[in-house]
Amino acid sequence: MSLKDQVQSCLGPLVVAVSECQGDLSVEVSRENIKAALSKLKEDPGLSFDFLSDLFGVDNSELYKKTAAKPAKKAEAETAPEEPPKPQEFPPRFEVIYLLLSLKTNKRLQVKVRVPEENPVVDSVVSLFKAATWPEREAYDMYGIRFNGHPDLRRLLMWEGFPAYPLRKDYPLEGRGEERHLIYD
Amino acid sequence: MINHDDYVKINIGPSHPAMHGTLRVVAYTDGETVVSADPEIGYLHRGVEKLGEHLSYHQFIPITDRLNYCSAICNNVSYEMAVEKLLGVSAPEKAQLVRVIMMELARIADHQVCVGILGVDLGAFTPFFYLIIQREEIYEIFEHYNGARLTNTFGRIGGVEADLPKDFEQRWKKLKEGIARANEETDKLLTHNRIWMDRTIGVTTFSAEDALAWGFTGPCLRACGVKRDLRKDEPYSVYDRFDFEVPVGKYGDVFDRYMVRMREMEESVKIIDQAFKLYKDMPADAPLMAKVPKTIKPPAGEVYSAIESPNGELGFFIKSDGSDKPYRIKIRPPCYMVYQAFPEMVKGEMIADLIACLSSLNVIAGELDR
Amino acid sequence: MNDLIIALIKVVFIWVWVLLIAVVMTWVERRGAAMIQDRPGPNRAGPFGLLQPLADGIKLFTKEDIIPAKAKKLLFILGPILFSLPAFSAYAVVPFGDKIVLGGKEIILQVADVNIGFLYIVALGSMAVYGIVVGGWASNNKYSILGGLRATAQLISYEVPWGLALLAIVLVYGTFSLREIALAQQGTFLGILPNWGVFKQPLGFILFIVAAYAEANRVPFDLPEAESEIVSGYHTEYGSMRLGVYLFGEYVNLCTLSALIVTFFFGAWHLPYINMASFLGPISYGIASFLVFFLKVSFFLWLFVWVRWTVPRFRYDQVMGLGWKALIPLGLLNLFLTALAIQLTA
Repeated sequence: MSLKDQVQSCLGPLVVAVSECQGDLSVEVSRENIKAALSKLKEDPGLSFDFLSDLFGVDNSELYKKTAAKPAKKAEAETAPEEPPKPQEFPPRFEVIYLLLSLKTNKRLQVKVRVPEENPVVDSVVSLFKAATWPEREAYDMYGIRFNGHPDLRRLLMWEGFPAYPLRKDYPLEGRGEERHLIYD
Repeated sequence: MINHDDYVKINIGPSHPAMHGTLRVVAYTDGETVVSADPEIGYLHRGVEKLGEHLSYHQFIPITDRLNYCSAICNNVSYEMAVEKLLGVSAPEKAQLVRVIMMELARIADHQVCVGILGVDLGAFTPFFYLIIQREEIYEIFEHYNGARLTNTFGRIGGVEADLPKDFEQRWKKLKEGIARANEETDKLLTHNRIWMDRTIGVTTFSAEDALAWGFTGPCLRACGVKRDLRKDEPYSVYDRFDFEVPVGKYGDVFDRYMVRMREMEESVKIIDQAFKLYKDMPADAPLMAKVPKTIKPPAGEVYSAIESPNGELGFFIKSDGSDKPYRIKIRPPCYMVYQAFPEMVKGEMIADLIACLSSLNVIAGELDR
Repeated sequence: MNDLIIALIKVVFIWVWVLLIAVVMTWVERRGAAMIQDRPGPNRAGPFGLLQPLADGIKLFTKEDIIPAKAKKLLFILGPILFSLPAFSAYAVVPFGDKIVLGGKEIILQVADVNIGFLYIVALGSMAVYGIVVGGWASNNKYSILGGLRATAQLISYEVPWGLALLAIVLVYGTFSLREIALAQQGTFLGILPNWGVFKQPLGFILFIVAAYAEANRVPFDLPEAESEIVSGYHTEYGSMRLGVYLFGEYVNLCTLSALIVTFFFGAWHLPYINMASFLGPISYGIASFLVFFLKVSFFLWLFVWVRWTVPRFRYDQVMGLGWKALIPLGLLNLFLTALAIQLTA
């Protein structure tokens, strides 16, 4: 049984989508089920994905824009220019990717959840993997994704009170000139 | 939760002799005992991941030098291997051997710095110099290879730029003796020194279960008694051809971390010997580069590729959207995972142990903050 | 009047001499460390870098003198003075040679041969801690206070074994005068060994030298200034010559301690098996005794350097443990055994 089948049979209906790239298996689950899915993968005796290698966010907004731009150009030439472009349905903006590793079988698995921009909240997995403590803080710091149930969700790399989320695609590379005002007593 | 008003707050760092680079620990102490210690990171945050999204695949290689600057070559190779995986190519055998030799040299250099600094932080200055003299010799080899010493920018996507320098064999022979001598002298000065043993044995012990839960990798995990080394468990490059041991500790204390690093240097020497033997048998005109287009435009996809860097699992996650720039690069720095367990490790220990623990973890700010 | 002038000359001589040794010691320390660590060390200022201490001195003197805004000014200024004064004063009762006869007048090579020299030494040794504590407290810096605290605990703890080791010496020689102790070490002991304190008090010597290292804040007991832990301990906030005085005081301390070790345990100016006075003229004997004494002192000064660059540092609780659980019981045992031996042989 391949890893893909094993994971699918383990997670059952929790799986939303499965993809593979150069041998890296990636499983998408829905946002509500992430904790259940990870604990199932962790406890499954055959898989035992018991080691969280990393956790991070991805901002897909530009990716969607790019894929959306191509058909729009085509449409421009064919249809009348007055017609306003239809608002397109995009999948949720953010992704959180969990890199799992099984120490028993030395296999790796990516678990993915999609997080909408309006309500960027995911359940924290710190209770399952302590290793998620800082990566979740970092994902919050960089993308503004909040983790429900995290013991100490503060900014990690940027300072408290930094007004933006710097790894979002709409944040410029040069920054916006934020300054840190140190307050001395 | 402790009442912080009852204790003395000490800001250790970001500029402090023992905070290598720009680490900061906010410690609350009761006399000399640490009640709580909270690491504050981000003082060396340069937005490497954000930069990666705006640079082409080739341009990002020099940026990876600035992660763990003690062993830049391992970072370079790890990144290159991730891009190669994304492209579906693999470097030719000779290039792989050159990479292995260079990576193991970098590993030795990294461990030498770590052990030396650990000695300095515990008040033993002299071993540091014995080790650093040999590291200088390693840097000479790096310099002869491509002109750079610290930030090497080693290799290309799809291979390496050149053969080993012609005088490598001679230099390596000399260096091997030097490393053995330096390690022996360090061993004599530290390992069985009563004060050293008192200062390191049983200090900040960590159990294997805790270490795995916190995502430890590399020497810190092996010191806890878990025999895990990506070079053995998920052999990448040509590591499956070499015969070497994976040293493990037992208690995960400062002494075990020190011993694991010392032993690993010896194993690296063995690997280089074997790799160089294989390299010498290769024909002189064997290819060093795989066929890689000038402008790298990998197909859309997401890959994660990790190697065993001197500090542990160093991974690169690359998401490509089909353009010539990565859509998202995520670096998995090994000491990041280790350092987050720091408050748990040093709770209830003394200030001097906090310093010893930090040095033995080999937290590199460049890699930690990215 | 004549005596007063002679005393004054002796004071000036010993002052300059100790200063000179301290200056050279900074050079020896750096070159010695370099030698141990396979590197050249300072070798640019003058031949073999011998003028390096001078350059350092000029640098320290010409640097801006900063007193931190929140420091307690008076105490901050007082700290280095309190630290270095006892170090210099202690040398007053330590002999630096036997005697020299000039113009028919016998001059003892010692500033003051007081009959309670031993008590004077112990008292001044305890004084040095005030300089550290005051400096650490006045700096108004947490690292400095920690350094001061460590110094207090350490110096007070090690005062006890230090004193116990000295008491045993006093029992053996039956005098408080350092000169008389030195004089009594002439000749041989048990027929074969030189009649030195170290052979009569081997355990006492070990206790004394360990305690001396702790008193001098040298590695492995350099906790009050443990660089990698509490930045620089009590002198974190000090700069320019105030820092220089602290560092300098440390070397003067080393000098005094080495001289004490030689006086109590290594036969002061006596050479083993050779009685220099029997074949040397009065003036040449005086100079020879001074040189022999100095040679012995240099060895112990070098030992301080050697140890510093060889071993790591203790932890705070380990220092306390060693002091109270090992050295003090051993010191008491040594005292008891010495008393017993004296009683039995008397």
